[in-house]
Amino acid sequence: MSSLEEKRFPGPLRGQILFAIVFLVAAVLLLSQLGEQTKWMKRTKFFAQPRFWPMVSIAGMVLFGGLHLWKLPRRKFVRADVVEWKVWFFAIEWVLWFLLYVILVPIIGYLPVTMIFMPILVWRMGYRDKLIMWVSVAFGVAVVLFFKAFLDVKIPGAAIYEYLPGSLRSFFILNF
Amino acid sequence: MDLIFSSIEILARWDVLLALLAGSIGGVLIGAIPGVGPAVAIAILLPATFSMDPIVGLTVLLGIYGSSMYGGSIPAILINTPGTAVNALTTYDGYPMTTRGEARRALSLAYSASFFGGIFSVVCLILFAPILAKIAPMFGSREIFLAALLGLILVVVAHRGQALIAAALACFGIFLNTVGLEPVKYTKRFTFDQSWLSGGVNLIVVVLGLFALSQAFYLLTGEDEKVRMTKLRGGLFQGLRELARHPRVAGVSGTFGVLMGMIPGVGEFTAQFLSYTYAQKTSKRPQDFGHGSSEGLIAAETANNAVPAAAMVPLLALGIPGEALTAMMLSVFYVHNVVPGPQLFQNDMDFVVALYLALLLLNILVLVFLLFATNQLIKVVKIPNRFLGAAILVLSFVGVYSLRNSFTDCLIAACFGIFGFVLKRLSIPAVPIILGMVLGGIMEVKLRAGMARVKSFPDFFIDGRGDTNSIRPIAVILFIMIIGVLLIHFRRVWLDRKELKEAKWSTKHASTNFGMHLSRRKDYLLRERGRKVRGKHLTYNPRSTGKR
Repeated sequence: MSSLEEKRFPGPLRGQILFAIVFLVAAVLLLSQLGEQTKWMKRTKFFAQPRFWPMVSIAGMVLFGGLHLWKLPRRKFVRADVVEWKVWFFAIEWVLWFLLYVILVPIIGYLPVTMIFMPILVWRMGYRDKLIMWVSVAFGVAVVLFFKAFLDVKIPGAAIYEYLPGSLRSFFILNF
Repeated sequence: MDLIFSSIEILARWDVLLALLAGSIGGVLIGAIPGVGPAVAIAILLPATFSMDPIVGLTVLLGIYGSSMYGGSIPAILINTPGTAVNALTTYDGYPMTTRGEARRALSLAYSASFFGGIFSVVCLILFAPILAKIAPMFGSREIFLAALLGLILVVVAHRGQALIAAALACFGIFLNTVGLEPVKYTKRFTFDQSWLSGGVNLIVVVLGLFALSQAFYLLTGEDEKVRMTKLRGGLFQGLRELARHPRVAGVSGTFGVLMGMIPGVGEFTAQFLSYTYAQKTSKRPQDFGHGSSEGLIAAETANNAVPAAAMVPLLALGIPGEALTAMMLSVFYVHNVVPGPQLFQNDMDFVVALYLALLLLNILVLVFLLFATNQLIKVVKIPNRFLGAAILVLSFVGVYSLRNSFTDCLIAACFGIFGFVLKRLSIPAVPIILGMVLGGIMEVKLRAGMARVKSFPDFFIDGRGDTNSIRPIAVILFIMIIGVLLIHFRRVWLDRKELKEAKWSTKHASTNFGMHLSRRKDYLLRERGRKVRGKHLTYNPRSTGKR
């Protein structure tokens, strides 16, 4: 049966304890490195010391992180916490998809990779409808045209474009 | 008058007008899609605006910022899901109106109230601009440091029930800003001898990770929601007439929006809360609030749309952003070497007024667009959530990679994406991190400059020039405000604790606990019986049994 504090807690309780512990441990580790990673200069005012703001911020992290952990209404792990950690862990799959996309763009090219990546991602999510597949391809093309060709954002031409013939090569590097 | 004309001259360019049109319509679309929101859109578009003129880039971002709340009211009213976080209060009265067949009336009223809020705040600020221009130069390093500190404290205490973790995350933001080469003594701070940390942690990378990528991961791990839409028939012009019948509620809500918007770290939620409470308390039909009250809808929508223009005041006049969106806009200024602050108000007042006029124009454009295109626009609400997640993932790449074409940036953004995802799952706010990063940088520079001639604490509030000493009134006011905010916060915490204790100690009727009592009694009896049985087994001895 949940206590009054648990009922009044803003947000879900599952996973809070691990987050609070990891945050506090990270803050304490940073505090232990303060002397090593920052310098205390001679003939410099206290507020102008390079160490001053890292010291204030990390001390704040330790203090408020510790108080947050102390004030949590539940300070023991339950089954719901494990379920929550699994959700966090499985979200890493999308990070890997993103990083794969980042790695492939400079090699294969922004347009081809986006045109392939979007439908694959949509397929991975379980959509099998042909319309949504075509919409995802069209979305990929639209994004590339809008950002690279129209807004001229800085995304380098792909390594594979080097093998294209003269004028087509520069056209692809500039626009796709 | 010359000022207005020179401001119009800044705006009268095809690229600025195109940016305004794209930003305003894009903002409405983004606002209408639950799960995207202006923060994600601005984070993604931010690097793309760096190659534009400051006025063009800022107009796009302002367009999204100012119009997303209009769009956000559509799903809030039609499907009870706020398009942006600040439209949450709109669902209270908007959706009940839809359920009783008044969707068109609710939408029309929301647009009209939003329009009034937007125009009201811009007109107020244009009128007050000359006064602001006089006050702004009175802000020196010490005042700006105190204003930034006040903003940070307000952001923390605004998260009721989560102030401790918000404070910890704000400190984390300040820490992130200190990483890298320190600009005065050129010493390294927390670089761990890694070359990729020497340049520090880029704000845009963190913003994209915490807002865009985290949202993509959140949507991708979630499920699609089935949406049942209500069909709209007829025009949407009636809202303006209905709004005219509630001038008091609209005026007061607009004023709350302007006032709360100007205070860094307060923003839409407080403005809405105050206006809604006021409207309810002064209404002839307070019982209708939360059940489809037109006054409630007006209060919520007017207040939240009055905030964007007002939120530009601390950003432009002092260089202090009050929330994540204006913090992102600040980076556009920095990229173009335009330093917002008192000098901007003194030297480039026409630029400031041009931004306000852009906001005025934006409100007109959005209203016209919505009055004629709502029927088509409501279809975007049907886009599946996970498809949106994939789209945001692809768009986030543009934002991060176009900065420096760096894989490391993408990796850092992905790490912050996961961190933001965890924060979202736990309903912990990510905004204090961004404001900690931005305001931490401002506080470091201004405190160093401000303390250069200060010998003791009281000197901080005294302006010593030659033999004459005068008090710095704004520094004193800001310091009193900081103390006041902290005292109010601690009082509220104490009252909450007291209330919790009282609730804990209050006796309940026996019957409510009877089931639990029986269950405990049963457990106790079983436990005791088990103990006895085990005890008998342990002491069992055939020879001694008979004697005992």
